[in-house]
Amino acid sequence: MELSGWKGMGKIEISEEFCKGCALCVNFCPQKLIRIANHVSKKGFHPAEFCDARSKCSGCTLCALICPDVAITVYREKKAVGEKK
Amino acid sequence: MTEKRFMAGNEAIAEAAVQAGCRYYFGYPITPQNEIGEYLSWRLPEVDGTFLQAESEVAAIYMVFGAAGAGARAMTSSSSPGVSLMQEGISYIAAAELPCVLVNMMRGGPGLGGIHPSQSDYFQATKGGGHGDYHLLVLAPSTGQEATSLTMLAFDLADTYRNPVMILGDGNIGQMMEPIEFKPLARQAILPKKDWAITAEHGRPRRLIKTLYLDPAILEKRNLEIASKLREAVKNEVRFEPYLVDDAKIVIAAYGTVARIAKTAIKILREKGLKVGMLRPISLYPFPYQAFAKLAETVKHFLVVEMSMGQMVEDVKLGICGKSQVHFYSRVGGMVPSYEEIVTEVERIAKGAR
Amino acid sequence: MEAVFERSKTLTRASTHYCPGCGHGVIHRLIAEVIDELGIREKTVIIAPVGCAVLLYNYFDLDAYEAAHGRAPAIATGCKRVHPEAIVFTYQGDGDLAAIGTAEIVHAATRGEKITAIFVNNAIYGMTGGQMAPTTLLGQKTTTTTAGRMQERAGYPIRVCEMLATLEGSAYIARVSVSSPRNVIQAKKAIKKAFEIQIKRLGFSLVEVLSQCPTNWHMTPAESIEWVDEKLASYFPLVEFKAPKEA
Repeated sequence: MELSGWKGMGKIEISEEFCKGCALCVNFCPQKLIRIANHVSKKGFHPAEFCDARSKCSGCTLCALICPDVAITVYREKKAVGEKK
Repeated sequence: MTEKRFMAGNEAIAEAAVQAGCRYYFGYPITPQNEIGEYLSWRLPEVDGTFLQAESEVAAIYMVFGAAGAGARAMTSSSSPGVSLMQEGISYIAAAELPCVLVNMMRGGPGLGGIHPSQSDYFQATKGGGHGDYHLLVLAPSTGQEATSLTMLAFDLADTYRNPVMILGDGNIGQMMEPIEFKPLARQAILPKKDWAITAEHGRPRRLIKTLYLDPAILEKRNLEIASKLREAVKNEVRFEPYLVDDAKIVIAAYGTVARIAKTAIKILREKGLKVGMLRPISLYPFPYQAFAKLAETVKHFLVVEMSMGQMVEDVKLGICGKSQVHFYSRVGGMVPSYEEIVTEVERIAKGAR
Repeated sequence: MEAVFERSKTLTRASTHYCPGCGHGVIHRLIAEVIDELGIREKTVIIAPVGCAVLLYNYFDLDAYEAAHGRAPAIATGCKRVHPEAIVFTYQGDGDLAAIGTAEIVHAATRGEKITAIFVNNAIYGMTGGQMAPTTLLGQKTTTTTAGRMQERAGYPIRVCEMLATLEGSAYIARVSVSSPRNVIQAKKAIKKAFEIQIKRLGFSLVEVLSQCPTNWHMTPAESIEWVDEKLASYFPLVEFKAPKEA
């Protein structure tokens, strides 16, 4: 685990092209890093948005697993060579 | 293969289908056509084909839909009440433009009716039956032998026009045993490739068998395309048999079993000195309207004989368009007119016409 | 960073017409992922139902048939008999499979037809506006059971898996849900197993997926997944009812 705290293990991208603002991801994120946005997307929904100022996202994919619209792409740090799994 | 086999019409239809390359039969037992399924249940495995007795006619017609959509020559057979059950599926097959052959051996109706021959599904077969604008090509054999050639033709027509084709018979044709000769069709059709079929092949874009078009502009276009295809069939696929019409004063219009009986009546009438002939429609859709229109220029009396309360007679009247008188004689409920009844009826007309 | 969760290749890039929170989207995704992982996309055929998922062929890059209501197993049978090497599956709702299509699914199962059925059970008729389904729970309010389903008038909900598991031809029968990430993972395992059983030609496979319908249940998506866990799953237990001995 990085000690600097600014580079987290994971991040997600929520696509407004697909998100319908159902908020199930908000429900299931263990770190509460997702919220429903104030703005309205082109689809006419208040989409979910990722807010991770403190880089707490671990890339656990729970949000993507529950998302009915495949709106979420999840990224995770590749483990450095030599680091224990 | 010119040897003759003594077979029931139903069996002959089944064998003809196999010889035409049909390898998939899905059906449900109903009298008077069970021999078709029974024959295919052992014959199809002989040629690595599939016979499947479905749980109902409803399931059977959708199995045909599936197999036809997969590019195979597939068929089903039933009788009147079972064909009623198939109507929705037939509409879907026509809408998806899938080829298949359907056999209806008509029985007395309506309702559960009876098992004896009738011709009371003419409207159902030729005017629609299922919902929406479409038509089946309908072929009506008069003998077991003719049933075999029409069955083989049906598969070619189905593939040519991407449309369901129906063989319309009755229990008489189905169960009567006659010497049957199986020979390939005289005209070898050039069939279009099935480049729309679901085939589990690699390396091509996916294909869709569908009938739902929620945009009315597109659905209208689809209807016009199907209609245009049917117009081609109307131009090219009219079939009928004129029998002693050249000097006839009275012409009988009949199809199937009734036409066969009428031929005997005509022989007797001719011996009695009456000039009687017959125009026998073989294709009920497309109906030979022009043939009747032409005859009506010289023939002033037509007698339509049907085993129904009056179905084909309407098409005869349409073709004749008021130019001549159209008389009607029928037996229903499974009763089959005898040649004596037809002779009596023609003599009555001849007397009145003098 | 590398992407560890992405849109599967078998899904098209069309945004679905399903309501926010609807289970269909998750189930579609799981099926697509399984097809990708098994490498069977080009030989897989999907039979679409009549119901909310009637347009599912817009979302899957697969050969597809549109079926009449309830008849998908019969169409699948016709297709599979012509192309035994194809992977043929139906995707049906509770009206399609357990009302009008009851005969077709029972007979496909008892014939041991080597097809797979994905049965989406949300205990209501979604597409037509929220009428009672054969799987609607007693006491559940729908537009045709406004006072709640009463046994004296409308009978009991039907348990499809339990019924089909009694048939010899059924090789794999399982019920899952997509009401939580954990359940989603279990659902994907079941769907994958069902497809593997078809590939091995072991018989008929069916996965019943309890799904949420926030719109017609008049709940938020979050409330609806809770309702699946608390109410639906207690009448329709999440169990693997039948599986081949070797699997």
